[in-house]
Amino acid sequence: MDGGIPQKANPENTGGVNARLPNGPGAAAVLAAGVGSFAVGLFAVAADKSAAMKGWMIFSKPTGPLSGVTTSAIVVWLIAWILLHARWRGKTVALRPVNMAALLLLALGLLLTFPLFADLL
Amino acid sequence: MEITTRSFWTLIHGMGFGALYLLACSGALVELYRRYGPAAADALSARDDSFLRFYLVAMAALAWLTVFTGAYIVYPWYRAVPPGGTANLAAFPQRLLMARPSTVAWHSLGMEWKEHVAWLAPISITMAAAVVVQYGRDLKNHPPLRTGVLSFVWVSLLAAGVAGFWGAMINKNAPVEGGSTIHLVHGE
Repeated sequence: MDGGIPQKANPENTGGVNARLPNGPGAAAVLAAGVGSFAVGLFAVAADKSAAMKGWMIFSKPTGPLSGVTTSAIVVWLIAWILLHARWRGKTVALRPVNMAALLLLALGLLLTFPLFADLL
Repeated sequence: MEITTRSFWTLIHGMGFGALYLLACSGALVELYRRYGPAAADALSARDDSFLRFYLVAMAALAWLTVFTGAYIVYPWYRAVPPGGTANLAAFPQRLLMARPSTVAWHSLGMEWKEHVAWLAPISITMAAAVVVQYGRDLKNHPPLRTGVLSFVWVSLLAAGVAGFWGAMINKNAPVEGGSTIHLVHGE
């Protein structure tokens, strides 16, 4: 695998021995979803903490900074998905570290959207 | 019996798309466990497979409709700024909540959390739908991939639940009202 995460031969880690399709495209989708979720939290905190960022994030005046926060996060998510898919298409990758990274990013995204936590930063 | 257009769109957003999405989430989790778990039957029919694909794609569409109607139709009414000197804040829910210490947290905690966390739901369920569309029955042969997908579907349920709860409570304390009136039933 050349996606940066070491491949392991253990079928429990990469997918079953009976798998017809390589797990690369699925891994790309999972990790990109983690990246997108983290981006939502990151942009939300950035717009909350920085007046300049808040101004830049107003893509739609009636909706305010929320429009830029969410649109930017969606763009980051889709770009991450396209890039990871291109890199892992047709390949089998070690999914456990991918899952761990994706779930860590998802948890951070969840945490960053929680105002009481974001206020501590 | 009548309803204002703003209230109608709030209903479409929350009760139409959002609540339906929450209901669908439990079904998706049950089906994902039933079909692709270690104890699942080996021979799932192609029809079963197609149904789950359609179900998850429909859920993704519902999730996106929920967040887009919320952010671009209802939220601008919620956060509208009243002209200076406005005494009656009923048409300005955010300002109404922020005007009293007893209600300010509905906005500063509830809406601030809801408006962002809700977006994790469509991202997560779109990923789940894409994986199930691509892998179908083969997902049973990819236990770690199934675990990743299920984890995100659980979080999408959590995110939608948080958003739904705060949305309902905020709308109870400061309803989004206004616009033209739609007459549903004329009284006798």
